[in-house]
Amino acid sequence: MTATPSKLRLFLRRPSGIMGLALLAAIAAMALVAGYVFPEGPTRMVSRPLLWPGERPGLPFGTDRMGSDIMAGIMYGARASILVGLAAAAVSIVVGTLVGAVSGYYRGWADDVLMRVTDAVQTIPSFLAAVVIVGVIGPSLTTVIISISIVSWPIIARLVRAEFLRLRNYDFVHSCRIIGMSDARIILTQILPNCLSSIVVASSVLVATAIIVEAGLSFLGLGDPNVISWGSMIGAGRSVLRAAWYITLIPAGFVVVTVLSINLIGDALNDALNPRLRER
Amino acid sequence: MTALLGVQNLSIAAGPKAPLVEDVSFAIGKGEALAVVGESGCGKSLTSLAIMGLLPSNLKRMTAGRILFQGEDLMTKPQRALQAIRGNRIGMIFQDPLTALNPVMTIGAQIAEVLQAHRPMDRAAARARAVELLDMVRIPHAAERLDDYPHQLSGGMRQRVVIAMAMACGPELIIADEPTTALDVTIQAQILDLLVELRARSDLSLMLITHDLGVVTRVAERMIVMYAGTVVESGTVAQIMQAPRHPYTAGLMAARPHGSFRLTGERLTDIPGTVPAPTKRPPGCLFEPRCPRAGDLCRTTRPDLTAEGGRAYRCHFPIG
Repeated sequence: MTATPSKLRLFLRRPSGIMGLALLAAIAAMALVAGYVFPEGPTRMVSRPLLWPGERPGLPFGTDRMGSDIMAGIMYGARASILVGLAAAAVSIVVGTLVGAVSGYYRGWADDVLMRVTDAVQTIPSFLAAVVIVGVIGPSLTTVIISISIVSWPIIARLVRAEFLRLRNYDFVHSCRIIGMSDARIILTQILPNCLSSIVVASSVLVATAIIVEAGLSFLGLGDPNVISWGSMIGAGRSVLRAAWYITLIPAGFVVVTVLSINLIGDALNDALNPRLRER
Repeated sequence: MTALLGVQNLSIAAGPKAPLVEDVSFAIGKGEALAVVGESGCGKSLTSLAIMGLLPSNLKRMTAGRILFQGEDLMTKPQRALQAIRGNRIGMIFQDPLTALNPVMTIGAQIAEVLQAHRPMDRAAARARAVELLDMVRIPHAAERLDDYPHQLSGGMRQRVVIAMAMACGPELIIADEPTTALDVTIQAQILDLLVELRARSDLSLMLITHDLGVVTRVAERMIVMYAGTVVESGTVAQIMQAPRHPYTAGLMAARPHGSFRLTGERLTDIPGTVPAPTKRPPGCLFEPRCPRAGDLCRTTRPDLTAEGGRAYRCHFPIG
């Protein structure tokens, strides 16, 4: 028997996977060490306002309108972006998987009800819905996470449902029913592990989308006012866009790089986990 | 002597006017092998699903008749009591070994799962028993194969694992739904030999569902032929193969390729037409539209099953 390469190795064989992983690791490291590098926080005034990047040593990204260090803002903002991205994706995955599994496995009226709800949520433009939800409940990190989750679980639900519809008719599921295994156990231990690769791939896109939506909300001033994020930095630079465009451009660049790195990871994961694409 | 498995007047319908299986009765004695033969959609797989309690709920509501296992009616027994029988005393072998095994679990874990579902057993004991079972179905180096995933095994090996799972709890009856259809011809022969061997060793009864008459002669003693949800002929394999009474059975046998590989210019005989859809069944004999012997009586009256010398047929104008 020839040794089949492990999934990790397949993943690492793709240049896009390594690239994405390296970029994301760098950003995660920035978020982690922010408290050590800038113990005073991101909003403290360190110098004259509107200093261009490199104009003064020690301030590589310059200062914003309030004279606080943009570098500190970027590092603290990475925390908000990553936290919102991961938390919103996690909630969406749990809810979406649950809904998809129940409707795909049981079919019948449960499927009808859950899928109509899913359809209804999917028809709402997701960013507008997030704006409305945050506007109603009030801006805080938790409500941002909740509102992003509310609009993004249907993607996962449909994916998981499709996988369950396919797998529930497989004979190994019949054998489990013959030996009297409970439905919950069949769903969790037999069918769900078979859909994990699709869920993993879809959730990488979900994380990236959540980061963009969070940035959009903060740009509109609907983010948590007590937490600095890349979106709120972009929004803050808007009024001086012509004179000091770097204030907007730097955080925007970080959003782009983060989302790109997650998408690269998602592509590589898809190639590594999808057996049909292997050996290409 | 009561039969091990008795199916009495089983009917399954998809709706008031869409009968799928009509009034099917047969019995399997201890140690006996019964083949159920018929083309796709004739209700043979539905019958086996009904015995295993795997019918979808919309069909379950429209099911009538009795399925007796050692005198106990499986249709009326409570769910818990059924679990002690199904998968334990009745095993099932599925058609496609590709889908009968969970691709993300090792075969050892899957066999252990069956074992532990029916009796308390620790991990080590379950693994030891799994090795015995894999040995029994002639998987070489069974102990090393235990931690393999299904995709690491060939189709024939996978089907052996499926058979091992069906045999796990020492069943008295095995239901095999087209166990060799998805396999290569050479592997088919090996799997059939294995089934014959397992039967001989443990006095196992077998219900073999197939459309392959070659498989029937190799494995079974008795057979029933189904057409459009009804039994059209039943008897011993020798009787039916030598002298089929029902024109459908005769047609099936004539449609087999025979002779050598030499091209003699003969074409295979076939049965003209198709099976009537459940909603468009003729009022008379179900086979009448395709039957070369059909008369006026066949168009108006549905024939009853006529018993005669240990065999039975459902035809107004039987052959011979």
